[in-house]
Amino acid sequence: MLPENLKEHATAAALEAFDSSAVLSGKFDRDELTIEIAPAKIVSVCGFLKYDLGFVRLSTVTGVDWYPAEPRFEVVYHLHSLDRREWLRLKCRLPGADPEIDSVTEVWRGANWFERETFDLFGVRFRNHPDLRRIMLPDDWEGYPLRKDYCVTGDRV
Amino acid sequence: MSDTVTTPIPETLAEPAAGSRPRSLSLNMGPQHPSTHGVLRLELELDGETIVKCQPDIGYLHTGIEKEFEVKNYQQAVTLTDRIDYLAPLSNNLCYCLAVEKLLGLEIPPLAQWTRVMLTELTRLNSHLVWLGTHAIDIGAMSVFLYCFREREDILRIFEMYSGQRMMTSYFRIGGLALEPPRGWQQRVRTFIDAFPSKVDEYEELLTNNRIWIGRTRGVGYMPLEDMLDLGVTGPMLRAAGLKWDVRKSQPYSSYDKFDFEVPTQTAGDVYSRYQVRIEEMRQSARIVKQALEGMPEGRWTADAPHVVLPDREKMKTQMEALIYHFKIVTEGFRVPAGEVYQVIESPRGEVGYYVISDGTTKAYRVHVRGPSFANLGAVPRMVVGTLIADVIASIGSMDFVLGDCDR
Repeated sequence: MLPENLKEHATAAALEAFDSSAVLSGKFDRDELTIEIAPAKIVSVCGFLKYDLGFVRLSTVTGVDWYPAEPRFEVVYHLHSLDRREWLRLKCRLPGADPEIDSVTEVWRGANWFERETFDLFGVRFRNHPDLRRIMLPDDWEGYPLRKDYCVTGDRV
Repeated sequence: MSDTVTTPIPETLAEPAAGSRPRSLSLNMGPQHPSTHGVLRLELELDGETIVKCQPDIGYLHTGIEKEFEVKNYQQAVTLTDRIDYLAPLSNNLCYCLAVEKLLGLEIPPLAQWTRVMLTELTRLNSHLVWLGTHAIDIGAMSVFLYCFREREDILRIFEMYSGQRMMTSYFRIGGLALEPPRGWQQRVRTFIDAFPSKVDEYEELLTNNRIWIGRTRGVGYMPLEDMLDLGVTGPMLRAAGLKWDVRKSQPYSSYDKFDFEVPTQTAGDVYSRYQVRIEEMRQSARIVKQALEGMPEGRWTADAPHVVLPDREKMKTQMEALIYHFKIVTEGFRVPAGEVYQVIESPRGEVGYYVISDGTTKAYRVHVRGPSFANLGAVPRMVVGTLIADVIASIGSMDFVLGDCDR
């Protein structure tokens, strides 16, 4: 469900019209639109955004760890429409135990490395990813460094 | 060994049996290959001289900078941004500062904004000069390198004059600039920028109509525009394929809308057109620097925000209020209102993005850096598969990546 102030926003309204069950919430803060998407719908939503609304570029994919809150992880996508000079931030919340989401590589091939990076540093698994391996760290590395329970100094818990 | 001993030919080197498939050869390029500018490793699979598979392997320079952002306060973290892209430190300083300033809602005075534009354009020149010199040396034109580093030295001296540092400048701070612009900067910048366009002519004289240069670069490393957009490629590579998109024009930041400059484009999308685009960008950057020099506004170099910007030394000695702010900022740092922003700017390599999340404390909750080199390098397989091994050097050289920016 979109909040009242976003019903007028063209992109947000179009997304809601496309699949209202996919849109969980949204906000417009500091001139940036954020929409939370149901994780199961991410691929269809991205396909719609790219082919129907013209968000041809996926600028970046990353993760956020809200430990110890639940759902713990957020996967964040930044989309860009060149024609309308518009930016859009999508978020999906995932549980702390076994976080998993569908890969958007079939929509943008450029998501490949960004998703690998998110997997490498947060431990979020991307289903149907063509090559889900660690990218920054060695293959035998233990743990996921950008998680909040991964210490910066001292012994690892 | 005596010459009577004959070594048997290993099985793998023997002539293939008639009718069998041609053998492919795996070649490991890097991580210390001189042309990879840093530590990139490419696993290539060759059929004769043609590349049939390419797998880039990155991460050799991963230093966990994004994690480090979470334990430094906002102002301290500026120094981390230099180390991400060490050829364009000021572009990264700027992008991070703009993101945090957006969270804080700070108004930056015109003098600081114009100085930022001038110095980031000098950074672009600096970066393009290193690119041109090393790219040319990879392809075999040694002297261009020496010419480029001659001018780069002048730029680094200007940086040193401003910040005391040649490379890791950290000159932009949240709320403005670190220090007052140094005495005599106008003279130094003017001397450099008046002479610079003729220096670009010199490079062009060496390369633009050089038959060997054209032979090695024209038609090489081609990638269609649709593939580039799909793979997340940004910057001069996109413009060399015909897309007129530059963040400085499409979403002007830091007063770029007040400057008059062109966004050069080409349509061929090959190594040569990327060279042409970057050469023209150098000329345009020189124009911007000149405009900044001539129209530099007067005023303060930091925002009027005592809770963020350190007070003047003199005020600190005479005013209690200033002393308290100084103590608070130095010991604790300043608090940034909770929220999130994604700021992008045009760095010499393409679109840099900083995604900063604040939880209302003095340290960022999460900072994600979208390095242009990371996305650009993801497109290497698309660019080199099907081409000859000799062209790999020219192709990856034309991407102008920095591995620090890629691995972070």
